[in-house]
Amino acid sequence: MIHTDIVIIGAGAVGTAIARELSKYKVDVVVVDKRDDVGGDASKSNSSIICTGYDCPPGSLETAICRSSRMLADQTVKELEIPFNVCGAIMPAINEEQMNILKDIYDDAYKNEIFDVDVVSGKQLLDMEPELNPETIGGLYIPREAVIDNFLFVVAQAENAAENGVQFLLRNEVKDIQVENGKVKAVITDKETIQTKYVINAAGLFCDAIAEMVGECDFVVKPRKGQFFILDKNTNCQINHIIYPIPTPTSRGKLLLKTIHGNILCGPTAEDLEDKEDHSVTAEELAGIETDCKKLVPNINFSDAITQFAGLRPNRIPAGFHIGFGKTEGYFGISGVRSTGISCSLGISRYVVKKLQEGGVKLERNFDFNPYRKAIPRFSEATDEERDALIQKDPKYARVICRCETVTEGEIVEALHRPVPPTTLDGIKRRLRAGMGRCQGGFCSPKVIDIIARELNVPPESVDKNVPGSYILTGISRQEGGDHHA
Amino acid sequence: MREIKCDVAIIGAGPAGLAAALSAKEHGAKDVLVIDRDTDSGGILQQCIHAGFGLSYFHKEMTGPEYAAVFREKCDQEGIRFLFDTMVTEVRSAREIICSSTEQGLVKVYTGASILAMGCRERTRQNLRIPGTRPSGIFTAGTAQRLINRQNEMVGKSVVILGSGDIGMIMARRMSLEGAKVKAVVEIMPYLAGLTRNKVQCLDDFGIPLMLSHTVTRIMGHKRIEGVYIAEVDDQKQPIPSTEEYISCDTLLLSVGLIPENELTKGAGISTNAVTNGPEVDQRMQTVMPGLFACGNVVHVNDLADNVSIESELAGKYAAMYAAGTLPEAKAQLNVIAGEGVRYVCPHHVAVTDEEAVIRLYFRVSEPGRKTILKARSGKKEIAAREVRRVSPGEMDHIDIHTQDLTGDDVVICAEGVK
Repeated sequence: MIHTDIVIIGAGAVGTAIARELSKYKVDVVVVDKRDDVGGDASKSNSSIICTGYDCPPGSLETAICRSSRMLADQTVKELEIPFNVCGAIMPAINEEQMNILKDIYDDAYKNEIFDVDVVSGKQLLDMEPELNPETIGGLYIPREAVIDNFLFVVAQAENAAENGVQFLLRNEVKDIQVENGKVKAVITDKETIQTKYVINAAGLFCDAIAEMVGECDFVVKPRKGQFFILDKNTNCQINHIIYPIPTPTSRGKLLLKTIHGNILCGPTAEDLEDKEDHSVTAEELAGIETDCKKLVPNINFSDAITQFAGLRPNRIPAGFHIGFGKTEGYFGISGVRSTGISCSLGISRYVVKKLQEGGVKLERNFDFNPYRKAIPRFSEATDEERDALIQKDPKYARVICRCETVTEGEIVEALHRPVPPTTLDGIKRRLRAGMGRCQGGFCSPKVIDIIARELNVPPESVDKNVPGSYILTGISRQEGGDHHA
Repeated sequence: MREIKCDVAIIGAGPAGLAAALSAKEHGAKDVLVIDRDTDSGGILQQCIHAGFGLSYFHKEMTGPEYAAVFREKCDQEGIRFLFDTMVTEVRSAREIICSSTEQGLVKVYTGASILAMGCRERTRQNLRIPGTRPSGIFTAGTAQRLINRQNEMVGKSVVILGSGDIGMIMARRMSLEGAKVKAVVEIMPYLAGLTRNKVQCLDDFGIPLMLSHTVTRIMGHKRIEGVYIAEVDDQKQPIPSTEEYISCDTLLLSVGLIPENELTKGAGISTNAVTNGPEVDQRMQTVMPGLFACGNVVHVNDLADNVSIESELAGKYAAMYAAGTLPEAKAQLNVIAGEGVRYVCPHHVAVTDEEAVIRLYFRVSEPGRKTILKARSGKKEIAAREVRRVSPGEMDHIDIHTQDLTGDDVVICAEGVK
């Protein structure tokens, strides 16, 4: 039995940001998540954009939160050493009809007080982005749109929150919320009972099921799948801005950008589904990404694709941000954060804490809070002199485990001994990019499995790819009874 | 940063690097240095514990580790230096290499000539864009081979293999010997991708069905793979929906091709050939950068280690000559062109020098065929011809030409009689 003041359900971008924000106060916080790692579902599989809020619905809570989030991002990425690039976005038009749609978006941007959005000429856009469709006649320039390492964004906040006292319980699936006399009493997972005064529901795609546990679900959440392509860093056709298509009334459409690590990303699709586990990619939708992205950047070369993936955005019906206390005392719900979860998470965390205080939660500032988190030194980004120094300090920094992304054993060992450490192959991949390059882990994964097993002192066959049950090895070869997953 | 000097530096201690090193030494290079990121020599041969190596080179059958050990012993006798646990991070020029070594830190190698022998990597599920979920239990055949043969870790019990490449077929046998059930080897082409002998020894002898003109259309399972849908493909290699069937499995192995590993090559400013994915070389295995040589699977994917050894000896020999300043200067360069029925030829160029020699041109045909005449032309003049009983894209062929027969025109290789 664990006793705490606040349980946050969900360790995605939103839950983790709230955890870090609450670690600034003298309050006990436990974050639970059913997955193997922080980073959630939608938070790990998305386009990695931190947006300004230029196209959010004017006057909405989402707009206010998104706008303030973008400001908070500048400070947070410095405190936590998170890779972040304010590359700016463009939205090109190839005909007058499209230019007219842009005028509405421009007007909305001004209603949202994003005054740095500008209308620019086709020539200027082509100067900025030479690979753009040469038929471009003009478009929007949104200079503060940015890309982030969306995995490290969550990991860094989790590490910092943990260093400031937050407890993370991963691989814990919430089964029930105990309510007594109209008041939250405990959160029950498949492994633990956590007595608590407050529960914050940041379960994203599954926030309806959690809300149902306290009988407060007057909405449904449906998954909206987004499929993406990632291209090799070496691909010839390069871009430097986020390139947005002209949105349709139902979808923002498929964009192109260069990720923080230099790969071209194309997507997402928008497919409304029922199955919240369906992360499959399909030939038809991937072909659709090719067609649509080539309209924006004709020379983009999909034969350089190194991977495809799909994420599920939580589509609340009815839509809209819903953040606040429920009728059950101690229950605080967050729903409706659909496609701006990464972008809005920092603003949501501030908003939630204010709402908690207004709702009578006594939060006393903890002035011992340390806002800083040091990143793992990256061999691939270091100069020769820095590399030499790293190796002199720890020879494991000379041993390159992932040859595509140049990730060393030193980095992997360090990641495994951090607060909120990874325990899976994908946990290492998301933190360090080992296995994220062109060979997709073919070379490094056997080595990474052994390093995880060695450092965590577990048998190699217990190392999962990601979620519980995603085992990689079935046992020791040629050994009777060595079969772990019989 | 520590500095090391040598006459010939070789990147990679696999079959290519070892043969190149010995040859460089034999041809007068005093100080030969081999750099490898692994802790021992042999490269991929270390995990190739099956027999089948050395048949053409040593005229006896050996395992991969045995084959590598013969070269390694000779290297040790010859005083060739090895730098293990060391990753080359940059080839700055033919004479300067940067590497990161667990023992020595960052090292700058000054050399008289360099040889690229980094081998290749495997094509992935993502390269093929196989639709479906992304569960665990999907391995390239070589990764599974490493896990089983080097790390003693088993990868699954019920297996489908996509691709009839040699590693895939060898792994079909290996998995069977380890007690797994290999349900099928599925090949999208209407013919085998690898060597016929591997089909006989690894599939037929174990009763494993080979399904030609079939492919995996979908991967199923959220955590661990639970099965795959497979379907027959039409002439355009498009799946025929009505033929789709489900095979349950906990493992999918991929043997769908190899890609030469040329990140260092590209970093040195050398572009790669669109067909072979490797740097273009002349008959001396010299790349377009003087003093920088390349050999083995980094240049083009071979099907036999024995061929790699032979080709790499050329690289070693000429790199030693370059380092000594005795490499004959090229008076002209001729292109070697893949003609009718031929997919690619290696070397890609012939450097015309005063040296009279026989040049062996390796090539792959574009389609399988029986009774084929392999021909080499220099301009309009036929300079070599050889009749073979059968040809297959999975099995490399060669033809020898003589430098004195060259007319000064490009050399064209054809495989006539191939459909």
